[in-house]
Amino acid sequence: MRKLFLPLTIVTAALFAYAPIAIANAPYESTMLLIQKIFYFHVPAWIAMYSALFVCGIASAIYLFKGRVEADRVAVAAGEIAVLFGLIGLVTGPLWGRKAWGVWWQWDARLTTALLLELILIAYLMVRKYGGPGSEKLAAGVALFGMVDSVFVYKSVDWWRTVHPKTSVVTSLGETAPAMMPAFALCAVAFVLLMTLLLMLRVKLAQQQATLNDMYLADEE
Amino acid sequence: MVFLRTALLVLRKDVAIEVRSREILYTTLFFAVSCVLIFSFAFVREGAPPQEAAADVAAGILWIAVAFSGTLALGRTFERERYGETLKALLLAPAPRPAIYVGKLLGMVLLMTVAELVLVPMVALLFQAALFARPLLVSALLFAGTVGFAAVGTLFAAMLIRARTRDVMLPILLYPITIPVIIAGVRGTSALLTVPPDEAMATMWLGVLTSFDVVFVTLALWTFEPLMTE
Repeated sequence: MRKLFLPLTIVTAALFAYAPIAIANAPYESTMLLIQKIFYFHVPAWIAMYSALFVCGIASAIYLFKGRVEADRVAVAAGEIAVLFGLIGLVTGPLWGRKAWGVWWQWDARLTTALLLELILIAYLMVRKYGGPGSEKLAAGVALFGMVDSVFVYKSVDWWRTVHPKTSVVTSLGETAPAMMPAFALCAVAFVLLMTLLLMLRVKLAQQQATLNDMYLADEE
Repeated sequence: MVFLRTALLVLRKDVAIEVRSREILYTTLFFAVSCVLIFSFAFVREGAPPQEAAADVAAGILWIAVAFSGTLALGRTFERERYGETLKALLLAPAPRPAIYVGKLLGMVLLMTVAELVLVPMVALLFQAALFARPLLVSALLFAGTVGFAAVGTLFAAMLIRARTRDVMLPILLYPITIPVIIAGVRGTSALLTVPPDEAMATMWLGVLTSFDVVFVTLALWTFEPLMTE
């Protein structure tokens, strides 16, 4: 993993450096024009958030059933990163909504679910921070439930009628607007890479914290 | 068989304690009733329940009162177990742990059902809501919602017993995760209260609630053992 870190950093930096050019060169959307460009960062941020959420949930399940401490470190790292990307999504969303829908906030299913997932993730971090001793296990349970719950929340967009562009906009982008696809794919890859990099850094930090704690304990004995 | 018997024994123990003291039942009921009253002061104007969106208001108040009083009951039930250190004793018993969970869950569902038996007529009366026009569908929605809420709540309350900040952590964790239950419950009930009642819509939301129940009860049974092991 450590060998991969530097090349990954360079690739991610290059992608983010090129992203503005790619986005600027991508064609304008016929009705929303410039506003639609925020889509290139908004959707990838949510993709990164969902990836981090699932990493957190799966790592928590591994910790819960196998008792592996490394998995717990990955889970806490992914939890924090998911909150971060969720925040990017929650900030960029209303910026777009203000222009496209005329209001900052619209109570549609996708927005509500995004807010709810962010709440679950923050609750997860709160349990870890304020739960007291043994809260890792508690938090792992919350993350696992949160991950399963996210499917329920995400699916609700199909059960509820909404004003949010449907998920199918992204999946059918290849057919409806092939010219937009390269810039979008580039941003999506860049965000997922950034998420992976942050995750690696944060896991390393957690490992060092654990080592330091062990050293303190050894010193006291 | 051992599983079922253990679950029923845990349930009988909880019911026996509750029948003797009636502490949680009375406090929960009083809390639920005051909840409805507080919402009435927010929505009733000039002495009459709201005319527009009357169905949504009634359904919303009913479900919020159920969720809030349910949280209170969950907290109190497990606080009693913690105080007497009886949950530790229960877990030490040579019985399948998921059975203990099922027993506690049944107790919670029973307690919340009793609270709903008071809440539903009260909301129907105070807000002129036609909750008794489709008794089967309304009770199915309430039952499925209660099971879903209690399934997540029982597990979280049980594992929070060890945490220092359990009083505040329970609602913080429980509400975001059980929001799908609240949405489905409120939408389903409100569909039944509109004129004419939309039974297809209510049945759809009942399906959502049922799938939520199945998934989360399974998940809770699966994780109860590792979560309760120190």
